[in-house]
Amino acid sequence: MSGDAFKFRFRMRVITDGAVTILALLATLLVVAPLVAIFSYLVFKGASSLNLAFFTQMPKPPGEVGGGMANAILGSAILLAVASVIGVPLGIGGGIYLAEFGRGTKLANAVRFTADVLNGVPSIVMGLAIYSLIVVPQKHFSALSGGVALGIMMIPTVCRTSEEMLLMVPYAVREAAMGIGVPNWRSVLSITVRTASPGIITGCMLAFARVAGETAPLIFTALGNQFWSASLNQPIAALPLQIYVYAISPYDDWHRLAWGGALVLIALIVLAVSLVRYVTSRGVLKGAS
Amino acid sequence: MPEIHISQPQVQHNPVSAENPPASAAEAAHISEVRRFLLSRGNSVIVDRIFHWLMALCALSLFGIVALIAWRLVVSSHLTWSKFGLGFFYRSFTDPDTQQTMYWDPVNGLFSALPFLYGTLVSSILALLMAVPLAIGLAIFLTEMCPRALRGPLAFITELLAAIPSVIYGLWAVFVLVPIMRAHVNPLLIHALGWTGLLNDQNPTGLGFLTAGVILAIMILPIISSLTREVMTAVPQSQREAVLALGATRWEMVRMGVLRNARIGIVGSIMLGLGRALGETMAVTMVIGNTPEITRSLLANGSSMASVIANEFTEAVGDLHVSALIEIALALFVVTIIVNALARLLVWVVTRGEPSQAH
Repeated sequence: MSGDAFKFRFRMRVITDGAVTILALLATLLVVAPLVAIFSYLVFKGASSLNLAFFTQMPKPPGEVGGGMANAILGSAILLAVASVIGVPLGIGGGIYLAEFGRGTKLANAVRFTADVLNGVPSIVMGLAIYSLIVVPQKHFSALSGGVALGIMMIPTVCRTSEEMLLMVPYAVREAAMGIGVPNWRSVLSITVRTASPGIITGCMLAFARVAGETAPLIFTALGNQFWSASLNQPIAALPLQIYVYAISPYDDWHRLAWGGALVLIALIVLAVSLVRYVTSRGVLKGAS
Repeated sequence: MPEIHISQPQVQHNPVSAENPPASAAEAAHISEVRRFLLSRGNSVIVDRIFHWLMALCALSLFGIVALIAWRLVVSSHLTWSKFGLGFFYRSFTDPDTQQTMYWDPVNGLFSALPFLYGTLVSSILALLMAVPLAIGLAIFLTEMCPRALRGPLAFITELLAAIPSVIYGLWAVFVLVPIMRAHVNPLLIHALGWTGLLNDQNPTGLGFLTAGVILAIMILPIISSLTREVMTAVPQSQREAVLALGATRWEMVRMGVLRNARIGIVGSIMLGLGRALGETMAVTMVIGNTPEITRSLLANGSSMASVIANEFTEAVGDLHVSALIEIALALFVVTIIVNALARLLVWVVTRGEPSQAH
């Protein structure tokens, strides 16, 4: 190869390298800028529509100004309580099994795989399954069925995060427990799980925040309700459902309420995601050192 | 917990051993105290075994849930299955009055999922076309070029955006994206690319496949890029060093050292994004326009599998309509399970090696 050709080749390679660097930078800007814009727009819009009435008052009839989403906030709280009762114990139990008993076994791998796949199943499919399982035999929509649908959706997330957090506990801690003759179940519950508890709790919070924003499975389980209702056996309002209904309505004041509701959900999510990052990066696992 | 002093004499006298009976009554009392303590804490095989099985049951409940969903969906959709069979997914009907092709007529009990399969496919493909290059570019920037100080905040933003609920993206799309598409993007596209026949201006609302594709792209970007990043950081540092040592430029290092090693995992993360796009409901329902038709124009109103369920289920007329919608959900369930399972396998193949060594 002659010197000139070599120089030309080399220059081309350097130019390609520079071009790709610029393209990557451009892609980053193209992704991050709109995403930041969306986020700040949501915060801005939401903050300007939130007030005390949003949390304390009932929705006004269409066209009237004012009112709030008190019933939807109560409804979301009830639905999430039911969901947590189902999702948290089952999820943590599954996580304990994966981390403590099933390490490396085929069954554990299959469970882990199923959890990941279940995480990807569209929430609307979950909603339909629960509809046909609970709503059809009961013959009416109910808060209970909505809570069950959300609870089932929590299990995979809680299970996988608990497992990850439990795996972060050093093996020496378990060996120490074994060494003083503590029975296995006791060592798991009061030593391993307790050590990992900040992580497990934030994992639960993350799952909680995720299902708090789920709308699709509630459309045909909880249904939504314009009135104050706290009964598990009746249709119930929920924040994301209300946002959906208000967003596609033609009334300006309902749009305002939808933005307010969106901000409340986002605040919940920001809290959960930052907590998870804090716990996993700073190693808040006390006593694990 | 009472203190147990393990001193020399007690260790020598093993309580279980029959050859070394306790030397004195006092010592015997002490040993039995230890035993009693352990027993009172439930030092028994039975409790341990029960605990083990209880936890295993929790883990197995995941299989139960998948089976339960599948069973309920199959049972509730048998009406459509027995009436239309497999034809439900590909046939079309002719309107007796207008002689036009139609697919979805709840009033006359004629159902075909074809327009919804089409809508889901088109919006997801559009989303992937927009999201994949950007996501991979972002991942390359984050893993190979970005200053360390920026990495954390950028990763945090992507994580946050992946967690924002679908309905909020929908809300944003209805009030910000749709007006922009209507006023600026769609006219521009029609002007520039109208000759392809894929874009026409018969729908001035700003809703439609393209808008749905854009919002889906925004939603799956964080997922694809964070997984791609994970896969790329799992490529051992030595691979990069080896390529650099041969005198490669940075891009050549990324191409030969990183992308080639991580390609299976990147395909996996794209499929995971596809799985998310296929099943995305609320945001799509709010912007796709909700008409059960197949049109060549990307700017036309359409309907996806998830959106038709969300839109029509509560107002379904008759059992056949309900059953048809549930069969669509069943198809969605099967497809997303397959896509997700494949994706997880691909990602797992790449990252299963020493994940902690990669950093």
